[in-house]
Amino acid sequence: VSAVDPCTAAEECLQPYLDRALSEEERATVERHLEGCAYCRKRYEFEVALRRVVRRCSCETPPPGLVERLRSRCRAHGA
Amino acid sequence: VAEPTNAPTESAARRTALDARDRARFEEEALSHAEQLYRVARRLGGSEPEGEELLQEAYLRAFRAWRSFTPGTNLAAWLATILRNVHLDSVRRRSRRPVTEPIDEKGDYYLYNRLAEEVPEPQEDVVERLSGEAIVESLAALPPVFREVVVLVDIGDFSYADAAEILGVPIGTVMSRLYRGRRLLKGSLAERHEEGAA
Repeated sequence: VSAVDPCTAAEECLQPYLDRALSEEERATVERHLEGCAYCRKRYEFEVALRRVVRRCSCETPPPGLVERLRSRCRAHGA
Repeated sequence: VAEPTNAPTESAARRTALDARDRARFEEEALSHAEQLYRVARRLGGSEPEGEELLQEAYLRAFRAWRSFTPGTNLAAWLATILRNVHLDSVRRRSRRPVTEPIDEKGDYYLYNRLAEEVPEPQEDVVERLSGEAIVESLAALPPVFREVVVLVDIGDFSYADAAEILGVPIGTVMSRLYRGRRLLKGSLAERHEEGAA
């Protein structure tokens, strides 16, 4: 995380931070910044909320019997 | 006294039994990932029937090629790679239009700022005001190169490394496409939100 502009550095790291793709050291740096910066923390909370809503709206329960249909069709085709 | 003439038959029978056992194990493990892969197939296919058809074809190919899977490696990513290929084949059959990338992108925080203009705290409550329909449509409208990576990571729960393996690109490419895809998604949501508010 660059130390030139903490907010810019935190913004660059926000996506990988949310994706849990940062190193421990990078995570700690972002978390320290979020604790002390209300502006970045609001953006972080917005991203968290947005991802949750996108996921809830996009993740549908598989239709009933899906696994059995997969199994029987594959067996019927001799796979 | 052993009868040498029966040995090859017994050996072949043992091999067949072991093969059937390995095949059954593969089948069960592969089917345990069906729900995760359905989420991806559903969003790539665009509808429930198309999503299931993509998944059916992917599992059919996977079961036919099960011996080419290396035990101990990532089966979900292997299956998702096949699923993506099935999807690409389907798209190619239906259209030969070149994939174009959008030029006009709104900034990453455009949606945030747009919602912030309406209420002082544009967080959970405001995000909840985005309609499910707008979210699904915005995701479906993303250019394929960005949609597939957003679907794999945000809907399918695949890691950057898994997505890189599935898409056959470096992790850095996954990250940049993901960043841009999410940014486009937010831009599209902002537009739909504005249209809805107008």
